[in-house]
Amino acid sequence: MRRVVITGLGVFAPNGKDPETFINNLIEGRSAIGRITQFDPSALSIQIAAEVPDYRATDYFLPKRLDLLDRSTEFGLLAARQAVNSSGLELQDEERPRFGVVMGSGMGGAQTYEVGYRSLYAKGATRVHPFTIPKSMHNACTSQICMEFGAQGPSLATSTACSSAGHAIGEAFHHIKFNLADVMLAGGSEAPITFGLMRFWESVRVMAGGNGNPSRACRPFSADREGLVMSEGAAVFVLEELEHARRRGARIYAELGGYGMSSDAGHITQPTVEGPARAIQMALDEAGSSPADIDYINAHGTGTRLNDVTETQVVKRVFGDQARRVPISSTKSMHGHAMGATAAIELAATVLAMQKGVIPPTANYTTPDPECDLDYVPNVARPAAIKVALSNSFAFGGLNAVLLVRRFGA
Amino acid sequence: MEVEQKVIEIIAREQHLDAGAITLDSSFEELGIDSLDGVNILFALEEEFKIDIPDAVAQNMRGVRQVVDSLTRVLEGKDISDLVAMAKAGTPVASN
Repeated sequence: MRRVVITGLGVFAPNGKDPETFINNLIEGRSAIGRITQFDPSALSIQIAAEVPDYRATDYFLPKRLDLLDRSTEFGLLAARQAVNSSGLELQDEERPRFGVVMGSGMGGAQTYEVGYRSLYAKGATRVHPFTIPKSMHNACTSQICMEFGAQGPSLATSTACSSAGHAIGEAFHHIKFNLADVMLAGGSEAPITFGLMRFWESVRVMAGGNGNPSRACRPFSADREGLVMSEGAAVFVLEELEHARRRGARIYAELGGYGMSSDAGHITQPTVEGPARAIQMALDEAGSSPADIDYINAHGTGTRLNDVTETQVVKRVFGDQARRVPISSTKSMHGHAMGATAAIELAATVLAMQKGVIPPTANYTTPDPECDLDYVPNVARPAAIKVALSNSFAFGGLNAVLLVRRFGA
Repeated sequence: MEVEQKVIEIIAREQHLDAGAITLDSSFEELGIDSLDGVNILFALEEEFKIDIPDAVAQNMRGVRQVVDSLTRVLEGKDISDLVAMAKAGTPVASN
């Protein structure tokens, strides 16, 4: 059976525009959540988000290229550049048909839609910019990455809300494992912080307002939780068939060992216990692992009551008497919920935690919740030898994706 | 003359090119203008001149002179049905 390893990693996120800064900030428990700066949020009831700080697209892209890029695609490209650079990958032309890209996005080019609709409905325009479609389509990021790196193999975009990047990475993993490709770039990107989308999310009544203290707004698993906090960013991995990686002497970050996915087939927003539990079990089974092997779970951990309580029950269901032993943390407490990118950002946190030998905490934890009674690594990072870890993603719509990573050689 | 200058100015701006490098005889191909760029330039011209350029005419524009000539006629309110007919008979530049 072909094995798949991670040989490159890129992160462009609110709490770090490179992997090293990103993981160090997580370990230090630093939240990137603050008042929205991309537009004036005064008219919104939710005025906070985690934004990539001091971002100027022209620092990274030529003007002609930028004309065709939505902010979400820019983030994806920047994470992909980091991933490819860190991998040292140099493909020959004949290898390109075996080199593909899968990127997840929940909202596509949200900012481009926003600009187009504003000009139509608010300004009464009779035509909109002709780049609106090529910038905003959900596969724009995948396609732009393919173009930049000459990836000519199996490539697609996934859109499963908060699980989008989990499915992207899982599908790319299987493309290699089942011999459709040798090298894949996979991850997710999202830039959903627009006036319109914030308004839409407000109406769902799952958002944290922050009560004047944005950095502490996201408090997963804590009884005084307020809800989730919108975020943006991207993370991308170079996935590579093990022998391909060995032949070129690549640095191996970790092995991707298992991918589980399931559908709740229950409710459009309320998660079930059974669906996510089956996804975790499927990832364990594929990797040949048991709950006793798992040293860390990066939780979906949105900071809504429904998620936190259900996810706790899910872990208990699968892990049984191991549930209280395994450290679980929600890094969303610091980087927020980047929707279609979040599973990739969290897998990056998981892999980097493995490398550092430190579990990043669930920040802002203040008050035990009787219904959330597992070990959430509250507030303080914890040194740990992580050999095998899970990253959970349970989406609106009930489509779940779970990834299992293993320290290479472990 | 004013139309010509304006067209060159807009092409330069949208393509991020130096206006000095663009003449009436420049073809879109020489300027590296692909089908999507062409649509973008037409959009900018329509916005600038507050006009509508029919799709059939738009699709057959392959160089600066064609743009200027068609635009001049549209602006002068002249009948452009012959241009439309010609364009429909020709091979469209843009696809999809």
